[in-house]
Amino acid sequence: MTQETEKPLLSVRGLALDIPLASGMLHAVRGIDFDLHRGETLCIVGESGSGKSLTSLAIMGLLDKNIRRSAERMDFNGIELTKASNRQMRTLRGDRIAMIFQEPMTSLNPAYTIGDQLIEALRLHRKVSHQVARARAIELLEKVGITAAESRLSQYPHQLSGGLRQRVVIAMALMCEPELIIADEPTTALDVTIQAQILSLLVELTREMNVAMILITHDLGVVARVADKVGVMYAGELVETGPASDVFGQPMHPYTRGLLRCIPQPGKTERGKPLGTIPGIVPSLVGEVSGCAFRTRCLHATDTCREAIPERGEAPHEFLCIYPDGALNAEGELA
Amino acid sequence: MLPFILKRLGLALLVAFTVSFISFSLLFLSGDPASALAGETASGEDVEAIRVLYGFDRPMLVQYGEWLFQAVQGNFGESYYFKLPVSTLIADRLTVTMTLGLCGITFALLTAVPLGVAAAVRPNSIVDRVALFISVAGQAMPSFWFALILIVVFAIQLGWLPPSGASTWRHFVMPTIVLGYYAMPAIMRLTRAGMLEVLNSDYIRTARAKGAGEGRVMFKHALRNAIIPVVSLAAVQMGFMLGGSIVVESVFALHGAGYLAWESIARNDLPTVQALILIFSMFYIIFTFLADVLNAWLDPRMRSS
Repeated sequence: MTQETEKPLLSVRGLALDIPLASGMLHAVRGIDFDLHRGETLCIVGESGSGKSLTSLAIMGLLDKNIRRSAERMDFNGIELTKASNRQMRTLRGDRIAMIFQEPMTSLNPAYTIGDQLIEALRLHRKVSHQVARARAIELLEKVGITAAESRLSQYPHQLSGGLRQRVVIAMALMCEPELIIADEPTTALDVTIQAQILSLLVELTREMNVAMILITHDLGVVARVADKVGVMYAGELVETGPASDVFGQPMHPYTRGLLRCIPQPGKTERGKPLGTIPGIVPSLVGEVSGCAFRTRCLHATDTCREAIPERGEAPHEFLCIYPDGALNAEGELA
Repeated sequence: MLPFILKRLGLALLVAFTVSFISFSLLFLSGDPASALAGETASGEDVEAIRVLYGFDRPMLVQYGEWLFQAVQGNFGESYYFKLPVSTLIADRLTVTMTLGLCGITFALLTAVPLGVAAAVRPNSIVDRVALFISVAGQAMPSFWFALILIVVFAIQLGWLPPSGASTWRHFVMPTIVLGYYAMPAIMRLTRAGMLEVLNSDYIRTARAKGAGEGRVMFKHALRNAIIPVVSLAAVQMGFMLGGSIVVESVFALHGAGYLAWESIARNDLPTVQALILIFSMFYIIFTFLADVLNAWLDPRMRSS
């Protein structure tokens, strides 16, 4: 594959995020590694609180001031993001790395028109006239499927529906033709019927414009449809990463298998049989965390799971487990 | 925007009309104006003569109608005490009060809003604590006491400013500070609370994700949304300052409209009191109307409601 030899657009190694709390240090994200190439879509899946959103904000440099970020490397196209100044980050944000947030109802400023906000996105980074920016805004609104684009420019966010607003947010993210878009659950807050539309739009546009995308979601159905690469996140770690076909075709980590059993699959899931669940709750990440975080919920856990967990598998499909085969053939898991 | 303004204007006129009626009738509720005017020693005939002379014998609605008809033309009758047209009497005093009120609210806004923003940008920092101290002190100190302290320090000991009067701009410096400082704490706290809330909102994160600088985030994206409740508060305080700065006017012997109202009530000077109540109410109505329009400009969601 040519992609593997090409230098990745974004390369993250050992990203860790710690949040000091009154009860101790919360190790919210613990040593994340991944590579993302141009035009690729990486889906990060995981439960709420697994650190997906924090990871995306860490790349953007938009973490709250109290969160401590450390990383061996966060290389974006030759720029070391861990060493970038605030000013440097600001020139990247919105221009080369854009972000789409979860809540379209609140992520647009209620006091300004759609046009103002779209035009601002471009003019913050490009020395273009108001007319040029306006033309670009109309072009992109049409591209995201908004009819009567020109008249929409003078409308305010409260005059648009949730789906339309998310289209505007997507158009805004594309204003400067970014190389990377981070979409943090972009369809979660929308009606189910709109979700599919917005998602296909996003995927279509990123493919067409050759934009890399990190799509954060907890919807495995979405992942199966759009991902080139999948990262499964659990309790602040990427427990399994790999090409989508591999992760779905042969999930190695017990947690990934557990997640996949939670969704019905045509032909595989028996009628009338209850769907799988993962018993137990996510462990607390406050204070010292060692060993496998999933051991409290894993059917195959032994005492060895308290120790350091080796990385298994071969790039690009890797996972964290004490079992070389992720206990794939062990008994006891519901088929 | 225009339909909104017209609607608000209509409402304001309705309120003004109601207020005019109440302010006119209030004086009749406090007793018989004719006997009050005639004095305690007057005979029954004298009282009746005064009643006829001043037209108190006519039905109240007729009196109100005539009063209102004259009032909208700027004619409020003649002061019982000064024997001067009320309009001339008020015009002078109102200039002083309006100057003071405008200076006071400007001073309050110019200090409170930046301080509130600075406090919200770094909550619990030293700036925030200093701002909190200033606002608590402002709320705790009675105006007259603060005014006296300023007079003692700046007028008597240092001799920088005149202690009383209203003839030059220097006379207005201390009254402005006292009046402004009275209004400042509430504005500051509201600005701080509003900014704190807005800075946590999603659209601020969006603005940062677009690559907007901190100054732009604060002033273009945050302040415009945070300032909305402050506008309404400032309007009420402005109305209050134009009508109720009696304490400050007394301490600095700035004979303004508030002071005149207080004097006229004591003297049972009916036409003057009626005129002043009407004018003070009109100030409130005008400022509330202006605040509504300004808020609708700031927040498009209000225009449709």
